[in-house]
Amino acid sequence: MSALAASARSNRRKRGGTGLGLVAWLVGILFFLPIAWMALTSFHSETDAATNPPSFGASLTLDSYREFFGAGGGADPWPALINSVTASVASTLFVLVLAFPAAYALSIRPVKKWTDVLFFFLSTKMLPVVAGLLPIYLFAKNTGMLDNIWLLVILYTSMNLPIAVWMMQSFLAEVPVAVIEAAQIDGARLPTILARVVAPIALPGIAATALICFIFSWNELLFARVLTGVVAETAPVFLTGFITSQGLFLAKVCAASLVISLPVLAAGFAAQDKLVQGLSLGAVK
Amino acid sequence: MTATTSPRVAAAPARPAARPSNRMRAWATRAPLLPALAFMIVVTQLPFVATLVISFFDWNALYPKDRHFTGIDNYRQVLSDSDLRHSVWTTILLTVTVVLVSLILGLAVALLLNRKFPGRGVVRTLMIAPFLVVPVAAALLWKHVLYNPEYGLFNGLLHYVGGPQPDWISNTPLLAVEASLVWQWTPFMMLILLAGLQSRDGQQLEAARVDGASDWQIFRHLTLPHLRRYLELGALLGSIYIVQNFDAVFTITSGGLGTANLPYTVYQSFYQAHENGLASAAGVVVVIGSIIIATFALRVVSSLFREEVGRA
Repeated sequence: MSALAASARSNRRKRGGTGLGLVAWLVGILFFLPIAWMALTSFHSETDAATNPPSFGASLTLDSYREFFGAGGGADPWPALINSVTASVASTLFVLVLAFPAAYALSIRPVKKWTDVLFFFLSTKMLPVVAGLLPIYLFAKNTGMLDNIWLLVILYTSMNLPIAVWMMQSFLAEVPVAVIEAAQIDGARLPTILARVVAPIALPGIAATALICFIFSWNELLFARVLTGVVAETAPVFLTGFITSQGLFLAKVCAASLVISLPVLAAGFAAQDKLVQGLSLGAVK
Repeated sequence: MTATTSPRVAAAPARPAARPSNRMRAWATRAPLLPALAFMIVVTQLPFVATLVISFFDWNALYPKDRHFTGIDNYRQVLSDSDLRHSVWTTILLTVTVVLVSLILGLAVALLLNRKFPGRGVVRTLMIAPFLVVPVAAALLWKHVLYNPEYGLFNGLLHYVGGPQPDWISNTPLLAVEASLVWQWTPFMMLILLAGLQSRDGQQLEAARVDGASDWQIFRHLTLPHLRRYLELGALLGSIYIVQNFDAVFTITSGGLGTANLPYTVYQSFYQAHENGLASAAGVVVVIGSIIIATFALRVVSSLFREEVGRA
């Protein structure tokens, strides 16, 4: 009797499982729909993009991409894209160079009160960006650093350093102590140990850290908006040019948004497994 | 970690004249940490000290000669100015709404994704995508492509069912900003909560099931208590990021229609109104709010962290 009831329950559970699987698919598609629609619209002509009801089956064209890359005589996006690459890649490299030894001193060979140091790094992340924006702006103005991409590199380094220290600390803690001791007995000095022994073992973690720092730098708007102008404008600042409507420009907005989001989508999917750890500052594994 | 390293420290050869060399060794241990620490203090702490100092001055950048010390006048003005007070309220409303709604949605999606079904990996990837759109691009997408009253997707779809054609942003500006942020932050909450669900004790669940516990009983008495700290972590990290949100407010409404939050107001008061002293005081108010959240956030992270360390 009870076995029967149990099997009936497990059957019900199984049927419920299929239904819930469908619900999960539905929710996933619903969340993805705006992005899919953005992609489809970017391949439509401007007139097909601005119809009500929407033209789902309109013919496809690359016009808006051509226009985005400057064919129509509009603003050239390349300087902004190159600035974004410079700011994101350079700041990520600086972050790695600073965070890697720091993480070593907080995990493998910890300093006294290493948890306090770790929490100091985290607490800086909780200080809102706007709190320091004005002095940084005044400093930049007085030293001629305004509209200079390297100022953003420095700021993005400070923005991502705490995240990187936390992530790397948790990755380096997993490096077996015996390997490091063996290298020490062989007479290797610290920089050699870091570069030749620790780095190769922690490489997947370091790569994930780099990708997450890249994403945050690429996305940043407030600093870039306030501190750059014509020369050092980044891709998000370029996008703010689309805030006010300019006639029929929907397809172009979609193309621009998609092109500028592509590096982040790629980096995010590449770091998918370690994304949670990075976003939760290493608190969740 | 401490447990694994202390034997190594103990095994280091003890020297008779320990004092100076101990100090040297301590500095050698600290050395790899110092560049990062010094960099953080200079770039993040000094500007804040400067903000604190400026906040006590009456200083409009257009009249630099009029700069003078005013004590707490700026703070009095920040707290009595109705626009600024309104932006404090907007910030709280925006943060609480977005965090709560995306937390509940994120929990529902995480529960759905925690079961085995065909294509689970694909659905997970689809779900993460909104979080991986550049925030300005996401805000543009919502503003022009979805909300546009004439040819946006929402009104286009409403057209099919003969529904009304509302002007979303003008009618419900704050809700419009919130919806776009919920869309971006639900995946974040989902990821954290999914990690929490997957760290549940499988044997305990199996035992509860054998004992005839229903799905709801398991959720209520096992899953939810286990998830509590993951929910707290998601809520607090989400709050820290959304309190500071600038991109969505700047893009979707440009701070108009009563949607200006504190970061936008600070930006506007010095970048457009050149009121340096006032902007700094408002900035300090944001910091005080953040410190209150951060104190709780640090406590949660710290308890999760200590558990990790204890387990290692």
